[in-house]
Amino acid sequence: MMNPNSIVEAATKLANQATQMAQDAASLANQATLLTQQTAGGGSAFISLLTVFVLAVFVGYYVVWGVTPALHSPLMSVTNAVSSVVIVGALIAAGPAGFSGAKVMGFLAVVLASVNIFGGFIVTQRMLAMFKKKQK
Amino acid sequence: MSENFAAFAYLIAAVCFIMALRGLASPVTARAGNVWGIAGMAVAILTTLMMPGVLSYTVIVVGIAIGGAIGTVTAKKIQMTALPQLVAAFHSLVGLAAVFIA
Repeated sequence: MMNPNSIVEAATKLANQATQMAQDAASLANQATLLTQQTAGGGSAFISLLTVFVLAVFVGYYVVWGVTPALHSPLMSVTNAVSSVVIVGALIAAGPAGFSGAKVMGFLAVVLASVNIFGGFIVTQRMLAMFKKKQK
Repeated sequence: MSENFAAFAYLIAAVCFIMALRGLASPVTARAGNVWGIAGMAVAILTTLMMPGVLSYTVIVVGIAIGGAIGTVTAKKIQMTALPQLVAAFHSLVGLAAVFIA
């Protein structure tokens, strides 16, 4: 039963399995390193998102306060156009190949957001053209 | 690598939007500010189109063409005095779009 050949074969099999497991462990360690590197330098993802939010609040507050009162209508119009950057989410929803309910919703959202983008910037342009004549 | 590029491009788009709002500080810079806004929007859309999950370009282009046509025609033909109401109507559209996205 226990002849040298089968022992050699069994040992070779075991050695191959051990190598395979070592490779799996190495790739798992790599993945773990990558994951920790992706969350910004030691902090959690929540803190980095919170940082972006707080800074955005400050920037938005001071930038909007810098708008002269005469230009508040174009401000409304251009912030409307900029808010249609949600088209990015709609593009991702409508992106995948194939047919799905999410894709239909995404397509409708792309149409609506495009109306808003083109219309919004053109309306702003018209309002500002009006201003340019007056100020001259 | 592609993820970092996308995040960086979105950062550039965000800066463009902020510059657009800054342009409204005075009438002299306001028209340039509008151009900043358009540039930022273009950067954001092009970056998203290049993402790996976005494949059905025909559907997307058709959607943008339809929406763009409606928006352009409406914005050009409406009377000057009705512009604020038009802005309000557009606001409601983008809110509806956000609902659809959710």
